[in-house]
Amino acid sequence: MGKAQKLVQWDPHNIKEKLLEKYPPKVARKRAKQIMINEALENTTPEIVANVRTIPGIITMRGCTYAGCKGVIMGPTSDIVNLVHGPIGCSFYAWLTRRNQTDGINETNANYMPYCMSTDMQDSDIIFGGEKKLAAAIQEAYDLFHPKAIAIFATCPVGLIGDDIHTVAKNMKEQLGDCNVFAFSCEGYKGVSQSAGHHIANNQVFTHVVGKSETEKTQKFKINLLGEYNIGGDGFEIDRIFQKCGITNISTFSGNSTYDKLASANQADLSCVMCHRSINYVADMLETKYGIPWIKVNFIGAEATAKSLRKIAQYFGDQELTDKVESVIAEEMPTVESALKEVFPRTKGKTAMIFVGGSRAHHYQELFNEMGMKTISAGYEFGHRDDYEGRQVIPTLKVDADSRNIEEIHVEADPELYKPRKTPEELAALKEAGLEFKTYAGLNPDMDSNTLIVDDLNQYEAEKLVELMKPDLFCAGIKEKYSIQKLGVPMKQLHSYDSGGPYAGFKGAINFYQEIDRLVNSKVWSYMKAPWQENPELSATYVWE
Amino acid sequence: MLLRHTPKEITERKALMINPAKTCQPIGAMYAALGIRGCLPHSHGSQGCCAYHRSTLTRHYKEPISAATSSFTEGASVFGGQANLLQAIDNIFTVYEPEVIAVHTTCLSETIGDDLPQIFDKARKENKVPEGKTVLGAPTPSYVGSHVTGFSNMVKAMAALAEPSSKKNGKINIIPGWVEPSDMEEIKKLSAMIGAHINMFPDTSGVLNGPLTGEYKMFPDGGASIDAIKDSGSSIGTLALGEWCSADAARLLDTKCKVPCSILDMPFGLKATDRFIDALRKVAGTSVPDEIATERGQLVDMISDMHQYFYGKKVALVGDPDQLIAMTEFLVSIDMCPIHIITGTPGKKFEARIKEITKDMGHKVNVKAKGDMFLLHQWIKNEPVDLIIGNSYCKYIARDEDLPYVRWGFPILDRQGHQYFPTVGYKGGLRLLEKILGVLLDRKDRDDPEEKFELVL
Repeated sequence: MGKAQKLVQWDPHNIKEKLLEKYPPKVARKRAKQIMINEALENTTPEIVANVRTIPGIITMRGCTYAGCKGVIMGPTSDIVNLVHGPIGCSFYAWLTRRNQTDGINETNANYMPYCMSTDMQDSDIIFGGEKKLAAAIQEAYDLFHPKAIAIFATCPVGLIGDDIHTVAKNMKEQLGDCNVFAFSCEGYKGVSQSAGHHIANNQVFTHVVGKSETEKTQKFKINLLGEYNIGGDGFEIDRIFQKCGITNISTFSGNSTYDKLASANQADLSCVMCHRSINYVADMLETKYGIPWIKVNFIGAEATAKSLRKIAQYFGDQELTDKVESVIAEEMPTVESALKEVFPRTKGKTAMIFVGGSRAHHYQELFNEMGMKTISAGYEFGHRDDYEGRQVIPTLKVDADSRNIEEIHVEADPELYKPRKTPEELAALKEAGLEFKTYAGLNPDMDSNTLIVDDLNQYEAEKLVELMKPDLFCAGIKEKYSIQKLGVPMKQLHSYDSGGPYAGFKGAINFYQEIDRLVNSKVWSYMKAPWQENPELSATYVWE
Repeated sequence: MLLRHTPKEITERKALMINPAKTCQPIGAMYAALGIRGCLPHSHGSQGCCAYHRSTLTRHYKEPISAATSSFTEGASVFGGQANLLQAIDNIFTVYEPEVIAVHTTCLSETIGDDLPQIFDKARKENKVPEGKTVLGAPTPSYVGSHVTGFSNMVKAMAALAEPSSKKNGKINIIPGWVEPSDMEEIKKLSAMIGAHINMFPDTSGVLNGPLTGEYKMFPDGGASIDAIKDSGSSIGTLALGEWCSADAARLLDTKCKVPCSILDMPFGLKATDRFIDALRKVAGTSVPDEIATERGQLVDMISDMHQYFYGKKVALVGDPDQLIAMTEFLVSIDMCPIHIITGTPGKKFEARIKEITKDMGHKVNVKAKGDMFLLHQWIKNEPVDLIIGNSYCKYIARDEDLPYVRWGFPILDRQGHQYFPTVGYKGGLRLLEKILGVLLDRKDRDDPEEKFELVL
């Protein structure tokens, strides 16, 4: 697909029709509801169907509940022993493959991330049950490492054969005495995507870890950063900025986390939510149980970073902090602006498509906007309707059979630890001044009209979209990378960042500008055809001199 | 130190596996199925299995890996996955139009007892399988064996398609085992040089080492065609490379189609390649051309030229049984000393075979099937080595212990070349030696004191 053939004009209705035309009728009906044209309808906003079952046989980008729980949420926890109860594969595939970075590589803090631990269930365990083996494995892990905590993860067969991992965990916790043992019922077949796994993980961390720290955090301006996973060092860059501003990040869920950091989350005075999808309910629970208000932030994009810092400063209402934040922004922005100025002439007017996650398909549009690039189609792999349409739809979401089996925990104000951080009057004044709490408007309002929003995009639709809309860049994950690039279109992984990053914060924005410039302007895309393929006619024979 | 919690002292573990030297069956079945022309592998289980296998294979090959899944939900896990698989078969043939769907099971569908042949039968009765298209299946429970077992089971399912015939076609079946696309290409090249007419399956060359042309082919031109696989029942004989990967399929062809078989080692290194070439020319009834003798001579030449750098060097090895057996033999044949050898795949025969190969080496050898890389690391701490050979996970051990390291095996997630440059055959042997020498001599150049630093080595 040469750049010369690029079409500028396309009609989203036509494209939608073309995406659906080859499907069997049942599939087409279902997919039609997950493909939305972003347009203003009379008196209503368009609705998208999301967080519903993947269609068997349709090649999805999605993974499973276990991947969301063990891989995404608990993967970055450095000093918790993560022990997978199941056949070997599940543990193997989640072994160091998600690029979570940790600075827990020192003598005082244990780092088990390079270790892959499993009960390696055999057929005899499937037949006779695996509880004894699990208990023995916990004991062996304890004897070897003496960790603060051991987390147990269920894989598909564990749920089927009925191993009671929670009881095993409880008994072992009592037996070991100085090690917190807890378990996650995150069997891969639960839910419809990774999202269910995030939920299961966060609920258990909230129940078994948060509030358990014995050290009191006494710093000023204490926040939690929720839904940041330190892929490619994003969290390091965000923490660098926080430190510079004098903001104390008590606990990141769960990038570069430690047991004690997670356990201290109740001591923060504000929760900042990055990835709304994976963690908004934890923010709600922290507020209900401990009295910590939450705001939505975004550190992807230099402008978004500045805006988020200002929101945090506004919340604390401290002049010194406000001044410091402004001076940090003033100090950081010139380097960002000069980097942007360098690439802008080469990136301006280019188009992108983003199909990842539950928030990145939204957040990364900030960076593309800064570069003058337009996102012509986007969607989430495992988002819910509120991630598209905004939190106001949450009360209207229907709980289906697949959501019903994911545990909801109900929390109440903690009799000892609940402490409202602001009085109702203070909160009202902040709201009056424009600081919004507990709000997220979703992806749709930030996308241009007549763009295509596609939930749970699959391989066939991805190929069609690229063929029909000819973007300059496609963003998704490793499984999609090479089929897109075979078409001659650069593809950026926005799960693992293609071994790049960080892309968050100010320095991350610079990295991203340069990376995208490299990708969309790489010479390689001009090498698709050999000279004899471009001019196959043999019009003259070579004349030897 | 990245693995600083690994103690030198070895304690017995009965329940806990740490840093496995294996993964589960389905990924092997998926890789094998990609060696069938026009085939879409299908994972009958939760969608996470398929996502993980596709991701791992994609990272290893840097190529698109298409595969579908039955996307089990909790309901399917309780009531059985038949409806999901029927729907999947219908959707796949309608949307992606492959020639073949190769289904493998997972721990989930095996635990609930889904019966693939019965579901296929129903799919055919309901006209969900278009005329002329093929659906095959292999049981690959993740709680038995390893990824190698899954590969073997899928290859066996291919062999089950073979049709018995009294009329022989003069060809020789080669079942190459879990080797790289480049290796499969090399096996075809060597066979052509000998003049042997071969029928090789699976064959991932041309599938997982494709060019970038601006065109995406979901089903590339490579792979063994279903017709060829069916025709393997008419061959005069089968050479199966690797007991763990290929023997079951070869034996099935023998019992079902009366095609006699020889089980050989994978042709890595001098002696195993010698046996392969010799066996092939005997079954084919042809003579080995001088070009191959020259390739062999070049390998022997390099062994002789550089022998001083190989001699007596201790090596730690981790990987899969068939590969490790051939590699151990190769290392011993050039007077290196493989002293710690681990596979995650079960099999007492493996330990016996390694002991046999290393019996005259003059060193005590630690060998374990069903072992893990945590134990390998502990062995290395107790008796250090000069070189480690294995997949990308070895880099953590290599860095911590400051060891020269050659990447070889599966998966290789951080280096390139395995899909393009073979390590089978004599040429492959040369490449292995080049890689081994490269890291050993780089280390010498790094560590030699200035007064000992030399230009010529």
